[in-house]
Parts: sequence; C-alpha cells; structure tokens
Amino acid sequence: MASLITHSPILIIAIPLAAAFLTLPIGMASKKARNALVIVSLTFVVFLVFALARDIAINGIHVYTLGATSPDLTIPTGFMVPVRIILEVDGMSILMGIIWSIVALAAAIFSLSHIASETGQNRFYTLLLLMVAGGFGMMFTGDLFNLFVFLEITSISGAALIAFRTRFADTQEGGFKYIVVSAIASLMVLFAIGLLYGQYNLLNIGALAQVIQYTTPDKIALALLVIAFTIKAGMVPLHLWLPDAYSVAPASITGMLLITSHTCMYAAFRVCFTLYGGMLDTPVVGWIIIIFGLLSMFVGVTMALSQKDVMRFMSYHAISQLGYMWVGVGVGLAVLGNAELVATYGRDAISGGIFHILNDGMYMPLLFFIGGALFHCTGTRDLTKMGGLAHKLKWTTMLFIIGTLCISGIPPLNGFSSKILIYENVYRFHPILTITGIIVSILILASFTKTFHSAFMGAELSEYKEVKEVPRSMIIAMVILAAGIVFITLFPSLIVNWTIHPAADALIDQGAYINAVTGAIP
Amino acid sequence: MMEHIPLNFPFLAAALLVGISFYIIIFKRNLIKLIMGIAMMASGVNLFLVALGYRAGGGAPIYTDAPEGPMVLPVPQALTLTSIVINVAVLALMLTIVIRIYRHTGSLDSEKSRKMKG
Repeated sequence: MASLITHSPILIIAIPLAAAFLTLPIGMASKKARNALVIVSLTFVVFLVFALARDIAINGIHVYTLGATSPDLTIPTGFMVPVRIILEVDGMSILMGIIWSIVALAAAIFSLSHIASETGQNRFYTLLLLMVAGGFGMMFTGDLFNLFVFLEITSISGAALIAFRTRFADTQEGGFKYIVVSAIASLMVLFAIGLLYGQYNLLNIGALAQVIQYTTPDKIALALLVIAFTIKAGMVPLHLWLPDAYSVAPASITGMLLITSHTCMYAAFRVCFTLYGGMLDTPVVGWIIIIFGLLSMFVGVTMALSQKDVMRFMSYHAISQLGYMWVGVGVGLAVLGNAELVATYGRDAISGGIFHILNDGMYMPLLFFIGGALFHCTGTRDLTKMGGLAHKLKWTTMLFIIGTLCISGIPPLNGFSSKILIYENVYRFHPILTITGIIVSILILASFTKTFHSAFMGAELSEYKEVKEVPRSMIIAMVILAAGIVFITLFPSLIVNWTIHPAADALIDQGAYINAVTGAIP
Repeated sequence: MMEHIPLNFPFLAAALLVGISFYIIIFKRNLIKLIMGIAMMASGVNLFLVALGYRAGGGAPIYTDAPEGPMVLPVPQALTLTSIVINVAVLALMLTIVIRIYRHTGSLDSEKSRKMKG
C-alpha cells in the first residue's frame, strides 16, 4: 500500500494510458469486457486519487521523479539542477485530480448508453482514456514542457472526440475549430517555454521559479502563457470557438471538455502564482484576470439568454461560470504582494474561486449530461421543439432541478456556498465585482427557469408519447455527480478545511513548491 | 551591431515565419491554407527552439568522433523532436476533419462551410 501511494502519481497517468491501448484488442473480442476494462480502470484511478489526496493532506507535497533510483531524488547526483521529468502533486493539483477522476468515471458510465448506437466504439473509449491520461498529466506535471505535451494529448483526443459522430456536419465544424484553436494556443505555450529555456536553461517549474528575473522576455512569455491558457479555457473575448465545440460533442465528452477548460485555468494559475509568484507585478496581472472574468460572467450569461439549442445554452453558462473562478482567484492574485490583505480577504477570495471550480465541476457536467439525455430521448437539441418531458423523465427532471438550483446559487446548495465565499471577499477588494456577480446569478436563474419551463413543463406532447426514462447507465452517471453535489452541500466546511484551504495555500505558498524540488537533496 | 546579424539570423527567420503564418491564419478563408498556416507556425516555433540549442563555443552533442571542448545540452533538440511528432498528429487530424467537412458541405471556404452562428 505504501509503495502504491509512492508511485501513485505516475500510476494515475499510466493506468488510463495503458487501458486506452488495451480497449482496441479487448473490444474486438468482447464488448462487455471492454466496458468492464474502462470502468474498472477509471474506478481504480478514482481510488488512487483519493489515496494520494489523503497522503498529501498528511505529508504535504508529493514529488515523483521518473527514472531516478528513488522517486524523491529530484536532483540527480552530480547535477546542480533537476534534469529528470518530475511530477509534483500539491493541494491544488490533487483537487483538480479529484474533480477530473470523478467526472471522467461518470462520463465513461454515461457513454455506455449514450454512444451505444454509434460505430467505432472501441476507438471512442481509446480516445476517452487518452484524454483522461492527458488531463491528469497537465495537473500533476512539475515541468513546463510536459505541460505542453499533455496539453496537446488532451487537445488532440478532445478534438477527435468532438468530431466523433462523423455523420453530422456540425460535429466536424466544431472539432475543426477546437483543434485549430488548440494548435495555435499550444504553439504559443511552446514559444513561451522556448523563451524561458533560452534564458535559464531550465524547464522545471520549481527550479525556474527560484531563478526567474521578470525580464522583458519573461514578460512576453507570461503574456503568451496566460493568453494561450485563456484561449484554451474559453474566456471572453476568446470564447467564440467554445459553444460551437461544446454543443456538438457527445454529451459525456462535453462534461469532460469543461474540466479541461478548468485544467487550462489551473495551468494559468500555476504559471501566475507558482512560476512567477512574488516577481509578478501582481495588481496589473490580477486586474487583467479579473476583467477577463467579469467579461466572461456577463457576456456568457447574456448570450445564453437567447439560445434555443440546449447544449449551446449550457455552453454559454459554462463560460459565465468560468468567470466567477477568475474573479475570485484574480482578486487573490491582485493582493498577493501584500501579506496583510492576503490574510484578511485574499486567501478567502482564492478559496472561493477554487471552491467554485469544485462545485462547477460537479453541476455543470451534470447539466451537460441532462442535455445529452434530452437529446437521447427527443432526437433534437432545439428547446422550442421540446415540452412536457417531466411526465416521462422523472429522474432527469429531478436532477435538472438540483443542477439548476446549484448553478444559480440558491441556498443551501453548494453553488451558493462557493458564490457567497467569492461575494464576501471580492466585495472588500472592489464592490462592483460582487454586484456584477449577483446580477449574473439572477440572470442565470431566469434563463434556467425559461429552459426548465420549455423542456419539462406543460402538457405531454403527442410526438413524445413513446419516450421512456433514459437508460440506467445515464442515470447512474448523473446520480454520481448529484451525490457529489449533495455531499458538498451537506458538509461545506469539511470540504473547505480539507481540500479548498490546502489548495489555496498551495497557490499562495510559492516557496513550498520550490523547496519540494530543490530542497530535497539527499 | 552588424556582427550580431549572422548569429541572430535563425531568430529573425523564426519571427518572420510566425508573422507570416499569423497573417495566413487570420485572413485566409480556405481551410487547407489555414492548415498550411498552422504548419508554418509550427515550423517557426521549432526553428526557434533549435536555434536556442546553440550556445557560443559549444559543440554538437554527438559523441561519435566528438571534437575537444564542451558540448551543448541537447534538451532543445529533444523538445523539437517531440514537438514535430505532436504537430504531425495535429495536422493529420486537421486534414482528416477537413475531408469530412468537404464531404458534408462541398466547400472548403470557411464562410460557406459554416453552419453554426450566434
């Protein structure tokens, strides 16, 4: 067990990767065995992630050096700098890992019936597992170049999955937009990595953070990295590709794509807080991030109000939710240089932003899955053609109500606990942020009420007389996420103390991240 | 100033390639030309990485018949190889999707083959 935890960072990446290439031969022999392989491997990954989370809560940052005689030997004998590939998992990474593992498992279970009528299912699961491995890699990696490699793995498999249902023309368009945007963003990341390597001869984030000077090329690299991850996360004004790509993907994949947006956001935070940290001109960068966040919140929700396509409607809401996290964490970044302000509200603002990532990672995939369930039952994504579905889809309706109340921040659900944490603390930084947040929240509730009414309420429509409740695997997938919501709703302070505050401290405390790499000389 | 130009020439070429490719990506409407623009951008970034690998006075990191003196650390070369491999995958996927788009819409013009708006 102890050695399992020691090696768990690489196992969490390697198990989905190995399973990805096993799905094809096993799937040719038996469909049931392939499904079992996918579910069992992802369940095991969930178990490993939780075991690693417990270990990090007790022992602090977990460093894993690949190819070294001992996994904590970060700097090889005879070298001054870390040259090996290092995985570094701290409180923030493992929080992202927890979200990703749960959503990936739910998405795989949801896919069992969602893509049951498609061809090429073996390849679908191969791509899904590759995307899982890439996402974990982005969260756990300790060096910049592997961040780029895993970003590309996630993007390529993501684009292929969006375009998976090749019989529709719009899926091809969405997939193409996604891969073009990803390719440009990844090349920007690579260029920035080149700029940093050219000056410091280092790629490890911790070691780079120790020597970084904030020269002009460093500023260019920072701008390139932040813009690239902003594009990939889909923030306004760089969001134009996001609704096109998210709305046409299979619903299970849309849920996972949302978490890749969160992961890119995490990468941007990692760059700002850990790589540049104290060197940064924090008020300027903080305000840039806050403005991106405000724009996303407001533009996302106003665009969502006029949407007829259920998945497109939810994609715009996903953009507006990303805005809340950027505002929360951006406020923390803006006051990072001032220890007193960090203690009074900066840390709590960051906690609120991070808590919102966790909550959004539970309810937004749930809502996307419900969109997929509606498409499964009615064969259309057009809200104007739906109606009266509550008579037939009892489970889906109930879950939709839970999701709606969460996203609009109705107490006592978890969406409220993170939003109140953001509102309270960003108010002390600038009141306009809180006011915008509350207005956006009201608009969210209004637009979801409209959607609920047009899809579920009203008399039974004659064309949906034959509709049955969605297949069991879809319900199980949605219930997994709903159970997560209920758990966070019941124990918000437990979650905040055990996962959110350590994650916020991991972002603020740049020294601990650096020491974990450079201080561990045996 | 003039004596720096031969040394900086690869960087200038990389900047030129990236600049031209940005122009192509933004202004060209043909999807194949867009993909060519991305391929050029990738080449520009790769050239930048390879050029970073040279340090004044360092030899190539090849041990067979190596001359005396220090060698450069071959990290940028390793990065470039990885990046080339990744870009091949990206370009192949893009071209595959473009073939599908052409089959569905009968056009490679990004304005005419667009279905989704708003």
